[in-house]
This record gives sequence, C-alpha cells and structure tokens, in this order.
Amino acid sequence: MKWEYESPRKAYGETLVSLGKEREDIVVLDADLSTSTKTAMFGQEFPERFFNVGLQEQNMMGIAAGLARSGKTVFASSFAVFATGRAYDQVRQSIAYPQLNVKIVATHGGVTVGEDGASHQMIEDIGLMCGLPNFRVIVPVDSNEVRRVIRFVASEKGPFYVRLTRPALPTITSKEDDFVFGKGMLMRDGEDIAIIATGIEVSYSLLAAEKLKKEGIDAAVINMSTIKPIDKEIIIKYARKTGAILTAEDHNIYNGLGSRVAEVLVENYPAWMLRVGMPDKFGRSGKWNELLAYYEMDENGIMKAARKLVEVRK
Amino acid sequence: MSEVSPEKIRELKLIANKIREWTIKMTYAAKSGHPGGSLSAAEIFAVLYFHEMRVDPNNPEWPERDRFVLSKGHASPAYYAALALRGFFPEEELLTFRKISSRLQGHPSLIVPGVDMCTGSLGQGLSAAIGMALAAKLDKKDYRVYALLGDGEIEEGNIWEAALTASTRKLDNLVAIIDRNMIQLDDFTDRMIILDPLEEKWDAFGWKVMSINGHDVVQIIHALNEAKKEKGRPSVIIAHTVKGKGVSYMENTAKYHGKPPQNEEEYEEALKEIEDERGKI
Repeated sequence: MKWEYESPRKAYGETLVSLGKEREDIVVLDADLSTSTKTAMFGQEFPERFFNVGLQEQNMMGIAAGLARSGKTVFASSFAVFATGRAYDQVRQSIAYPQLNVKIVATHGGVTVGEDGASHQMIEDIGLMCGLPNFRVIVPVDSNEVRRVIRFVASEKGPFYVRLTRPALPTITSKEDDFVFGKGMLMRDGEDIAIIATGIEVSYSLLAAEKLKKEGIDAAVINMSTIKPIDKEIIIKYARKTGAILTAEDHNIYNGLGSRVAEVLVENYPAWMLRVGMPDKFGRSGKWNELLAYYEMDENGIMKAARKLVEVRK
Repeated sequence: MSEVSPEKIRELKLIANKIREWTIKMTYAAKSGHPGGSLSAAEIFAVLYFHEMRVDPNNPEWPERDRFVLSKGHASPAYYAALALRGFFPEEELLTFRKISSRLQGHPSLIVPGVDMCTGSLGQGLSAAIGMALAAKLDKKDYRVYALLGDGEIEEGNIWEAALTASTRKLDNLVAIIDRNMIQLDDFTDRMIILDPLEEKWDAFGWKVMSINGHDVVQIIHALNEAKKEKGRPSVIIAHTVKGKGVSYMENTAKYHGKPPQNEEEYEEALKEIEDERGKI
C-alpha cells in the first residue's frame, strides 16, 4: 500500500491557527513543549491568546480551568505522559468534575515516542482518561482526521482528551471523509476476523489484513477513533459476523481500546478475542518502527495474533 | 484606617458571628465537615462578601462579577454560610449540608449558586484564579479575583508553581489570602513543614505581601484596599488567625479541623459562646 505521510502534530498546529482566526474565544496553553506539540504555531499568530506557562503541567491544567470558567475555549497541550499522568489530579478536580470547556490535546502518546524511552512513552493515558467521568477520548487515525477532530472538539462544549502520536502518520482517510463522533469507521470489510484498531495501529492493521488475505484469512479492519464513548454497535455487529475480534493499539493492553472492546463483548455478545498492544511492560529506547516490531505491534505482530485467533476459534 | 463607617464595621462583625453560628449548626447537623478552618476565616468571608466583592446574588453568573476561589475547599461551611447570608440561596438550605439530596456538597461544587470554582483537592485553587485573572486581562474587564488559601495547603507544590506564574504574568487583579491559623489536619504546621519566613517567601516570588490580624475586619478591608492600589504584581494577604476561633474548645487545636461538635453539650456550648460574643459586638 502506498501512502502519503503527514505529521499529526503539524496538522494540529495548523488547525489551531485557522480556528484562532475564526474565533476570539480560543486560547491555547502549553508547558514548554510548544515547538514539539506545534502549539507554537498558534503562539506566533496570536501571542496574547497563547500562554506558555513553563514547566508547570499541574498549574497549566488549573489555569486552563480558570480560563474556561471565564468563557474561553481552551486547548492545553503537552506530551501525553505529562498532560495526563503528571497533572492527573488537576485534570480530575479542576476540569473533569466541573465539566469545563478544556480540550487536552496531548502529543507523543504511546511507545512510538521512540528514542526518549520508557519515561516519555505514555502507555496508560487512554485508561486514565477513559476512567474520568465527563471526559470524552479520541485518537485520530491520520492528519486529515486530526483536522476534523480538532474542529469537532472546538465546536462541542466540555472536556475532551485527544491523543496524538509523534511519528508522521500515513494518510488513510480522504480530506472529504466525515468524522462521526462515537462511531467506528469500517476501513475494509472481511468475514473471518475483525481487527479493531486505533491511531497508528490502524495502518498496520490494514497492512496485516492485506497479507492475511493471501493466507486465506479474510480480516475486516475498523478504525476506532473515538475510544469513549465507544461504538458498541459496530463491535457487536462484527462479533456476530466474524465471531473473532482482534484489537490493536499503541497502549498498554490493560485499560485501553482492548479493554473497552472486551467490556462491550462480555456484556453483549461474547466472542473470541485477542489484544495487540504493550504487554503491561514499560517500553525502551529505539526507533519507533523498531519498537513496534519488538513489541509485536507492527503488521507481523498483528498477523501473528490474527493467526492465533483463528486457531483458538476452531 | 477609617475606610469604613463604625456601623459597617459592626455589621461585618455580626456577619462573621453569624457565619460561625452556621458553621457549628451545619457541621453538627451533618455530623461531619470542617469547623476549625471555617471559624478561622469567618471575618475574611464577611469582608469579601459584604464589603469588598462586586457580586449580584440574583445573577450569580454575572460576567462583570468579582471572582472568588476557595482554594482551601474544606472551609465550605463558612463559604456556604456567607453565600446564603448574601442571598445566593435560602439560609434554610444550609442545614442540608453534606446530605444526600442537597446541592451543598462536602466541598464546593459548581452546582451551588455563587460558587466560581469547585475545589477540595488542595493546592489547585490559585491556578484556577490565575486563569480567571488572565481572562479578565484578555477581555479588558475590571473584575478582580480572590483566592483563599490555607496555610497547610501551601505545602502543596502546585501553589508555588502558581505563585511564580502570577507574578510573571503581572496579575495585579489577583489577591491571595492565606488563612494563617498555624494548624493543619494532623498537627501544627510548624511540626510538619517549616513555612516561615512566609512573608519573605512570597516577597521573593514577586508578590506584594501584607501581614494582618485576620480577625480584625478593619485590617482586612485596609489590606484589600492596598492590594487595589498595587500595579504590576499580585498581592498576598497573610491573615494571622486562630484555628477554631470563637469556640474555646476548638481554638488552637487540630482536633476540630475536620470534626463537628461531638455531642449535644459541645454543640450547646459552642452556640452559647458565639451568642455571648454577639452580645459584645
């Protein structure tokens, strides 16, 4: 498959700038990572509405809450590990509980952070944020979807967590596609198993499905951008259709997409299931694509899990 | 320091007294809650809500209103009492504090009319106040933002992050008041963490610092006026107070930080002392 690659962070920065031109109420906060998260693009255009608070993620989330309580639509950005883990209680108490209009857009989610290693590879954030009442959680699949998702969360009141990854992502949706909040997107249909993936893992699932076809395994691939609220309908539909569900995510296998999907299956339509993701281990330094191979989260890892799933279902 | 009339001073003292009475009644009715740090802050609430702040009880979300953040959220009994006395909701509702069907949550929540920020997890309110002060500057509005902090609370690192940011951003529309009652949940603050010299610390962080007797309404009014005159930096008022002020057995002890009167005798004694005090105002 030939894909174009585009940085989701750059798409985020560009979308913030265009939103800033359209709306006076948009303000953006960062904690000394703005050149990485690309919020600096907004800062250059709108210095008076950009607050780089220095290395104070906790304070940043409180300030975000105060700005939102005063009528602003607030975007607060940092790396996923700091935006969620470091500032968790501030996010919980000052944003989630009062349901304030703050959009936490974190970059550098997952093991694909790469060389920085385990300290910076956030593999628990989806779990943390899905566990917070009032928060909605979205992992855009490519830069086109980043643009749509950022526009969507800016137009909706209340808290959102949007998780971006560091590497450039293959563009697998078209500019004309719609983002439907809370709905999974069928990327490829199949009869034997359904791979439900999110973020960077969707493209690897498509690669895997292509190769699995040659082995006689017909895999559907669903892009699950919205992790909370999760699209129960499509999960149940494909559990009925294939009886075998594989999830794939750049996150711990606990508390992420796989866990959400398992909950839906167990309560509605129990089916065979396996999860691809970080095996409840901290990551390590390396190139992001090497890491995906190392932890069996690339197309080979997904194919291996798919074969096993087909085996156990027999 | 004759910035207000003797009648106004008397009125404020009576309101502080009423806040104390409600604090005892509310926590006793709830069989839970935090009287110690509510009683120490009664005069501060009285001055803020009955003299200093521009608020409209009939329009709690009035965009031009002054903002208040109770960073030491456990002083909710005194806070709710001040709001009810000011007319934000009926006084009768105060006795529903902490009960299942009540709006009056254990710690301040936005469902209560007049509450600008929910708090309870210590160390976070000053950050929210900074956000509100930044919004005022951005919108070119002249409202002011007040945050009441506990002295135990400022052991939290988040407070010092906020202290750095408020001065960096030159937030002269922001006033922090520290209820320096010397006691936190477990013990005297000095036995936990050495906070002194407190004045020098805030000064070094770029704030205008004022130290006052936090039970003297005239001194509170004066300090708040001085804060208004300050340009280009935030102000902090270190209000020296007595934990449990006004109920002798609750004074200067950690025991009643988070405990209501323990029985009918304690309850009656507290109310009698508060009533006796009222007679002297």
